Amino acid sequence: MTTFAELLLNGVSLGSVYALIALGFVVIFKATEVVNFAHASLLLAGGYVTAVLHDDIGFWPALLAGVAGAALVGAAVEFLVMRRYRGRDHSVLAIVTIGVDILLVTELTRRIGTNVLAVGDPWGDAVLTIGSVTIAETRVAALIAAGLLITAFLLVFRHTSWGVAMRAAAESAETAALMGVRLGRVSLGAWAVAGGLAAVAALFLTVFPTPGLERSTSLAAMKAFPAAILGGLDSTTGALVGGLTVGVTESLATGYQSDLTFLGRGLGDLAPYLVMIVILLVRPAGLFGTKELARV
Amino acid sequence: MSDAPGTTVVAGRGAPPAKTALRPAWPPRPRTYLWIAGSVLLLALPFYLDRFWLQAGLFAMAAAIGAIGINMLTGSTGQLSMGHAFFLAVGAYGYCAFAGDGGDELTGLGLPTAVAAVLAVALAGLAGGLFSPIAGRLRGAYLGIATLALIFIGQHVLFNAHDLTGGFNGRDVPPLNILGFRFDDSELVVAAIPFGSAEKLWYAGLVLLAGCALFARGVLRGRPGRAMNVIRDHRIAAGVMGVPVARYRAAAFVLSSMYAGLAGVLLALVFQRTVPDYFGMVLSLEYLAMIVIGGLGSVAGAVVGAAFVSLLPQVLTRYSDALPLVAESGTGGVAPGEAARYLYGAAVVAVVLFLPGGLIRLVTRRTAPPKHPDKPTPGTPGPSGEER
Repeated sequence: MTTFAELLLNGVSLGSVYALIALGFVVIFKATEVVNFAHASLLLAGGYVTAVLHDDIGFWPALLAGVAGAALVGAAVEFLVMRRYRGRDHSVLAIVTIGVDILLVTELTRRIGTNVLAVGDPWGDAVLTIGSVTIAETRVAALIAAGLLITAFLLVFRHTSWGVAMRAAAESAETAALMGVRLGRVSLGAWAVAGGLAAVAALFLTVFPTPGLERSTSLAAMKAFPAAILGGLDSTTGALVGGLTVGVTESLATGYQSDLTFLGRGLGDLAPYLVMIVILLVRPAGLFGTKELARV
Repeated sequence: MSDAPGTTVVAGRGAPPAKTALRPAWPPRPRTYLWIAGSVLLLALPFYLDRFWLQAGLFAMAAAIGAIGINMLTGSTGQLSMGHAFFLAVGAYGYCAFAGDGGDELTGLGLPTAVAAVLAVALAGLAGGLFSPIAGRLRGAYLGIATLALIFIGQHVLFNAHDLTGGFNGRDVPPLNILGFRFDDSELVVAAIPFGSAEKLWYAGLVLLAGCALFARGVLRGRPGRAMNVIRDHRIAAGVMGVPVARYRAAAFVLSSMYAGLAGVLLALVFQRTVPDYFGMVLSLEYLAMIVIGGLGSVAGAVVGAAFVSLLPQVLTRYSDALPLVAESGTGGVAPGEAARYLYGAAVVAVVLFLPGGLIRLVTRRTAPPKHPDKPTPGTPGPSGEER
């Protein structure tokens, strides 16, 4: 029972981190209808900036710099690449993001090389014991930080004029433009926010118990894809539920691996994708995604 | 929409007599000479190139076969697949498992290698068929990310099913042997040139590639190709017009995975050893890059893109000391493989933004108008390049 509680708590914490990434992914999709396959590379960029700077300027400024850096990379991608596309078919832009992803990941993995970079977080490998349940402090911090950020984001999304503009653009870009919403700014903002959220997620994907930032971190970030998809691409609620589902699944599959040895090692990395496929079989647009209606 | 395909089909059927009246069979078009010159060049190359370039060429051929397959799926039918590497792996490992003699403690059925190759391709098709019920329900990005799952499932199986795949270290590939003719390094001298495995496989690769390209062209130019394009452009309209959408989408998936399986077999034969690391995410993205750079929905585009993406790293490796900015791998600078990835990543972005239709569009745009001045060319890559 204790193991189960620990695994569940770890899973929820991990899931909240995935939810952060998935939220950025969904925000970009809502604001611009672009499926951003370069999302994992934004995350890697944020993590890299934090990891490189923390020795010189301390952890918290480095984290801020990482968030700013990833936001800047996101905004740059939007400004330099996405905006240059003049066609109407947004599925084409998904392929452009794959090209961007190849570029960014190649550059970052080249810089990282075979090193494992520490991010210099203040928590280290300290653990917290509540009753009989032991959990790493980093996991608690992740849960709190992700919870705060997600709440803040949802409030902004609902109540500020920027949020209203973004929701209007998602509803109908043309009408929003006629109402004076500057679509360019909305999508620039969406990319920047997504980058910033991804940078925070990068921090919590690279702290204890994971060794640090390495080239395979972007693979871990890819678990946010099933998270976003199984919740529904155009739903912020879906991103949260999807993130938690993926996190808990991964944590349980890793934790009970020894009972499932016939399925091979490394099951935790696979489980989120299996869950995603099962959910998509039942609900092809994800749990909370709007079904696409077509007029012939 | 509804009458356009009908009229073009009629035009296509009625065209040949008119065409022959306009253009006598002799003298042949300049294009025919180009084809003949190209074929002769390709056939003669093993007599002049060293093993490095032959292997590079073979990689390109295998990649071209795989790219033709994924292009039928993603380019022509509009089903985004990010999991193509999985089907390549099924082909490669399927061949090893069917042909292996079980000597190195790995499962091997010890079948004749030619039979094993055919079975491996069929197995890849079966894998595609098994996935098609899922693929049939999903569209666009949902499908793309669902196929991403195939990569992770594939990697998991490859690393864990030791008996079948040899785990991390992979397994040896038995050389192909067709009716006693062995495609291995056993010496065979043709016109004073020793023929090793690369030279022999070169011709097998050429035959396979030509067959695959012609078959794909036939599929894409005929009724199925039209149906696939309508499904891509407007799924519901296709259904209304009587195209069995689900069956066509499933068939496209099966066919493209069989192409991938064949590419996998050929790659395995060239490598002579299969390792799981190769069949990862990067490979899938490479295949997507190939078809986008070459031209979505076109067979020639897939071949051009495959040649570009798979020859680039080899060229850069070979001439790394002569090129600025490219350092030898391991020295801390930009390694040739990375330089190649920068280039094709940038090429993907540039092609989509500035050259919709891919590199092949450059060629067709220049030569097509004088050939068919008055009617749109039926079944050429043109229409498919238009939207994307």
